Amino acid sequence: MADNLLFFTELLGMPVLDLKGRRIGRVKDAALVPLVHAARIDRFLVTGGLTWLTIRYDQIRRISLDKGLSLSDEILTPYHDDEYMLRIGRDLLDQQIIDVTGRKVVRVNDVTMEIQADGAHDWLAVLEVDVGLRSVLRRLLQGALPRRWIRSLQNPIPPNSIRWEFANVVEPDPLRRLRLNISYQKLEGMHPADLADIVEELAPNEREAIFETIDSEVAADTLSEVEDPKMQASILEALEPEKAADIVEEMAPDEAADILSELQEETSEGILDEMDSEPKTEVRELLEFEDDTAGGLMNTEYVALHENASVNDALAALRGNEDLLDGLNALFLIDGEERLIATVPLARLFLATGDAKLRGLAAETLIQTNVDQPQKRITALFDKYNLLTLPVVDEDGKLAGVITADDIISVLRQK
Amino acid sequence: MRKLLGRFRYHLLIFFAVIGPGFITAMVDNDSGGIYTYSAAGAKYGYLPLWTLLPITVVLIVAQEMCSRMGAVTGKGLSDLIREEFGLRITFIMMALLVLVNLTNVMAEFAGVASSLELFHVSRYVSVPLSAIAVWLLVVKGNYRSVEKIFLFSCLLYVTYIISGFLVKPDWKEAAIKSVEPVLLLDSGYIYMLIGMVGTTIAPWMQFYLQSAVVEKGVSAKEYAASRVEVVVGCIMTDVIAFFIIVACAGAIYSVAPKDIQDAKEAALALKPFGQYAFLLFSAGLFNASIFAACILPLSTAYSVCEGLGFEAGVNRRIREAPIFYFLYTALIVVGAGVVLIPNFPLVRMILLSQVLNGVLLPLVLIFMVLLINKAELMGEWVNSRWLNLATWVTVIVMIGLTLAQVGIAVRGTP
Repeated sequence: MADNLLFFTELLGMPVLDLKGRRIGRVKDAALVPLVHAARIDRFLVTGGLTWLTIRYDQIRRISLDKGLSLSDEILTPYHDDEYMLRIGRDLLDQQIIDVTGRKVVRVNDVTMEIQADGAHDWLAVLEVDVGLRSVLRRLLQGALPRRWIRSLQNPIPPNSIRWEFANVVEPDPLRRLRLNISYQKLEGMHPADLADIVEELAPNEREAIFETIDSEVAADTLSEVEDPKMQASILEALEPEKAADIVEEMAPDEAADILSELQEETSEGILDEMDSEPKTEVRELLEFEDDTAGGLMNTEYVALHENASVNDALAALRGNEDLLDGLNALFLIDGEERLIATVPLARLFLATGDAKLRGLAAETLIQTNVDQPQKRITALFDKYNLLTLPVVDEDGKLAGVITADDIISVLRQK
Repeated sequence: MRKLLGRFRYHLLIFFAVIGPGFITAMVDNDSGGIYTYSAAGAKYGYLPLWTLLPITVVLIVAQEMCSRMGAVTGKGLSDLIREEFGLRITFIMMALLVLVNLTNVMAEFAGVASSLELFHVSRYVSVPLSAIAVWLLVVKGNYRSVEKIFLFSCLLYVTYIISGFLVKPDWKEAAIKSVEPVLLLDSGYIYMLIGMVGTTIAPWMQFYLQSAVVEKGVSAKEYAASRVEVVVGCIMTDVIAFFIIVACAGAIYSVAPKDIQDAKEAALALKPFGQYAFLLFSAGLFNASIFAACILPLSTAYSVCEGLGFEAGVNRRIREAPIFYFLYTALIVVGAGVVLIPNFPLVRMILLSQVLNGVLLPLVLIFMVLLINKAELMGEWVNSRWLNLATWVTVIVMIGLTLAQVGIAVRGTP
């Protein structure tokens, strides 16, 4: 085991020696000041008789596992609690953090640090957060056996650690987050489904803290991936209406309608009021329908063109709707009164020339359904005709929305 | 006809949706150990122990209410909270004790299965392994949620105890008087039984289970007030059933010839003279209670331990992903069931001992609970009122007192 590594459990209780080598106390805790340096232990808390003292990182001459902390400077100040300090013993140990690369929530057992020699001074850099069996053993034996013994005992067990850069501390209080330089930005790069798994494991106030701070688009994707509708509802309820509206606006209208219908009327109205008018009307329309009918399942993200349009017109329309591209596999043709005429599978556009009429590329039979059709009938249709997309029309035959295969999969899984 | 059945199913669904964690916990409370303890009490001391039911019910309500409140407000389980506030070592000790005590409880459950089926002439060497495998498969491979509903429905079987109680035609006047007349004998057996009665009604594992169930259900602080009623109703129901078990055995056995019954089976057999039904109902109730608890108890223990020590847990995870969880769960079932099959093993003493151990561990768990629930930074405005604190501390002192008295008498009295 490398001699320049030090565990926090080994640091605790380590003797602190003055310039003459006499022991003046023992280490009680160590703290980072994240706004100053993300990984350096800036302060050591030492018991010195009746009071606690603070040692700054530049007052330490040497740190060694066998001898302890040797000071270079004896002017020590009494300890005062500081909102800008992240104390490892008090604030990090035994708390939950988010493992960004592992995409899960873990509990901190111990911290691994590296002793850096800086010429005249030694200082400690936080390397990793330890979870798993090896660190459990260290914690349990700490103080009961000599440090060297514990090191050799824990050696055979494989380590389970997360690098400090990828460990995201969870802190519900926004002011404290600011002072500790805690941001949830690293979470924004995660796949929404993974982030949803993580927030599901946190306590309610921690969950809300994350949704309050991350980017609205990411929040919207994550919210739709949260499996429990009750949880989705309680997250939205806890947010400020403006923030909730920002998130709901970024969601697909049908998902937004589903979540809003879970909320109490007052709350959902409050959120709808804060929304921009376009998404608001779309969602309001969808809220009109019963949950388990075609109207409740469908979404309004489709591309429809006039029945006489050509392939070039289609390409132009697609360019204008690039954010819908990922979910599309068909275009719809409508007449002057918006009535559904035909469905054009997107793949057929590949083999056609620019000026070909879309009418000629349409599917031979038009399969559609009515807004009132119950869920069971819809799933049967998907199965019978091997559909990926099903257009939904109202009583006048006008195109109202579209149901896609992924919606059906969710429905079937819930059965 | 179809429409009628449809409506019935709809109402049943609502019924089960409303029945929540508090009610389930209370029903599971009357497991094999419970039934045996109440039966033994009634058989040996007649109507004397009835006075304890009232104070026990009060304490049960207090304890369950606190756990539900903590679960709803913090959104975290009890072992999570203990870990975060008291650290790893204390959590480890608590978990070790919990596993030990719960293991004896699991043994009691399988002993209950063996006893009840032996009444129908099924050898324990058949019933116990089969039920152990069935329980394991059900929880790990099956859809536990839907099975939980079956068990809940079978909770209605508990009503059989009430019927048995009436069929025995006990001395109601005597029962009524003893229900309110506190009697304290300095008899080692009596105190042992008292501890057992408290321990079986307010089992430590139940507190952990209830809080986890509340968290998983997603009950929020606001909704919590509604579920309070459910908790209280559940507790009252539990002790009503306990009352009838004691009365049934007091009337059937004590009035005839008071004795130490060797088995809950004996209690059931003793009811035979009072009618074939009394006997059958008692046995069926015992089997149902044992199997139900055998499904919940090992699972809850494994969850609590893994939660507290930071290991992956959950039946929706593969064995490779959550090795410690599966190991613990399987070991509890295998050892618990295995012990029942050892020939000449003093099963009876083990069952009663398991409930007494519950009673001994209880004050420790209560202390943790009361310390946690008074932390303002955890509970906000939902901290304990002074009365609840008083009630809890009184219980702690009484239980510790009883345990010490028991040890004292046993040490002094044994020749």
